Amino acid sequence: MSPETFRGPGGGRIPDALSEQRLLEIRREAELRQEVKAAGIRPPGAPFPKASPETGYYGIPLLKEPQWSYEIPLYFFVGGVAGAAAVMGAIADYTGADRKLVRDARWIAAAGAVLSPALLVADLGRPERFLAMMRVFKLRSPMSVGAWTMMGFSGAAAATALAGFLRERYGPSLPVRVMENAGQALSLGFGLPFSNYTGVLIGATAIPVWNENAGNLPIHFAASGVGAAASLLELAGHQKNRALNALALGAALFECWEGWRIEGRQMPGLDPLKHGSSGWMIRAGGVLSGPLPLLLRGLSAASKGERSQRLRRWAGVSALAGSLITRIAWLQAGHASARDWRVPLEVRPGS
Amino acid sequence: MSVTAFLTDSTLCIGCKACEVACKEWNGIAGDGLEWSGFSYDNTGAVGHSTWRHVKFVENPPQPGFGGNAPEFPSWSFSSDVCKHCENAGCLEGCPTGALVRTEFGGVFLQPDICNGCGYCVVTCPFGVVQRNPADGRAFKCTFCYDRQKAGQIPACAKACPTESIQFGEISELRSRARERVAELHGRGMNDAAIYDPLDTSVGGTHAFVILRGDPRSYNLPPRPEAPMVHLKKSWTSSAVAAAFLLGGTLLAFLADGERGQR
Repeated sequence: MSPETFRGPGGGRIPDALSEQRLLEIRREAELRQEVKAAGIRPPGAPFPKASPETGYYGIPLLKEPQWSYEIPLYFFVGGVAGAAAVMGAIADYTGADRKLVRDARWIAAAGAVLSPALLVADLGRPERFLAMMRVFKLRSPMSVGAWTMMGFSGAAAATALAGFLRERYGPSLPVRVMENAGQALSLGFGLPFSNYTGVLIGATAIPVWNENAGNLPIHFAASGVGAAASLLELAGHQKNRALNALALGAALFECWEGWRIEGRQMPGLDPLKHGSSGWMIRAGGVLSGPLPLLLRGLSAASKGERSQRLRRWAGVSALAGSLITRIAWLQAGHASARDWRVPLEVRPGS
Repeated sequence: MSVTAFLTDSTLCIGCKACEVACKEWNGIAGDGLEWSGFSYDNTGAVGHSTWRHVKFVENPPQPGFGGNAPEFPSWSFSSDVCKHCENAGCLEGCPTGALVRTEFGGVFLQPDICNGCGYCVVTCPFGVVQRNPADGRAFKCTFCYDRQKAGQIPACAKACPTESIQFGEISELRSRARERVAELHGRGMNDAAIYDPLDTSVGGTHAFVILRGDPRSYNLPPRPEAPMVHLKKSWTSSAVAAAFLLGGTLLAFLADGERGQR
């Protein structure tokens, strides 16, 4: 009964022709059949679910949903971009590329180096206890390896950018040069795993949709980070750099293949990648990271002048948005996967 | 110090929830409301941050002799669920702070003074046991009454259980006791009685095994639980491949690019 029917005296209903006719109908049915069948005499929710091998335990999820907040997908995105940018900056420096590109890549890495720990700490239930992560190093815990990698990367990337800034401002000196070179080598070393370890982090869990993709998530996340980092550098004024274009193209190609792979695999545990809101987010992220930037870059190569630059910038914007949406989508898929009790209980639909 | 375990004999459970009450009282866990679930007499739902013992109410189709009911009524099975204290515990391996430890009694203990609430144990538990308390920030789960065991006492739930459905003791002794009990039940015609203790999976057995009748899936127990560590090798290999591609690809891209800046 909807609340607006309570309008009469004392909060009750006002009798009308319809209500009286219905009561007489009930009386007639009871007289004729000795029972009355109607929705109102069944408790809400009936018939009740039963616990059984086919229905599980009243459909209560076996697994717990991830309890990470919005900071974590953002951290995955920022870390992926920063790690890849640090690698690009270091390689650009070693191969003697444009100085401005090296500097910009280092600053992107340094910004990520500051943001990443901030995001990770903010998500902790007890942020003031972040340093508890530094009391042990556990090779078998991706969270522990990742926290240490992040600390190493953050220190190295921030030191590199700072040393570069000091050298440009006050001229070269031995300590600054040592700091810059060591920082760069270390941020290359840490940046390589830092850009993709988040794939291991969610891959080696009990969440079916994540661990079913354990062998692919790190590569997928790395490609996503490379595409986003190259795009960000292009948007920072390097839209004529051919190496960045090549990297972004490679990442977009891989993301096309990844999307095709996701769509093609048929397993009950992979449903969250194709159905529901997480499925549509995975698709949106995939299209924005793969086919769309690929197309725009192709068109950019075929056109000239300002139009070509503009198309490349749009490809960059698309890849950046795609990378962020991809990370959010994978976490959403994890939530949907944890809620699906059928997968860990090995209950097939229709069985 | 002997390695201990729980044996929960569901065939003896009467669904009184004394274990839930005893657990909450001894461990000082806050109440979490008196809500009706609306689908069974189980109004707790599942083990979680504020529920370390949870009695499952499994409603079965009418079956004469099952649970002692009249033939026309659905029969009931009850089973008290708890942290399994896995031999290869995903939460313990995944914990980045070392807050989760293996005690001298063989149980998995979460040290609340070290946990920083990263939430990784939540997604690495194959039984959905560990959960972060949103108000407190830290993760919580059954302590196996580590404090009581230290003091030479048995866990609160086992002590409060009126039918000895929850038994506690030395693990190998309990395992043989469970086998004897299942043989006895089979002798009485309850051929669907079995021990749930995933010894032949990557979990490697538990320190809280259960005697069940029927399919473990009715009790929300996975037929083949998997310790998340089995995915480590694959995913780190993928990570190494990704790093190699990133390094090689970047090198190639910048070397192939003729544009050279001035140093």
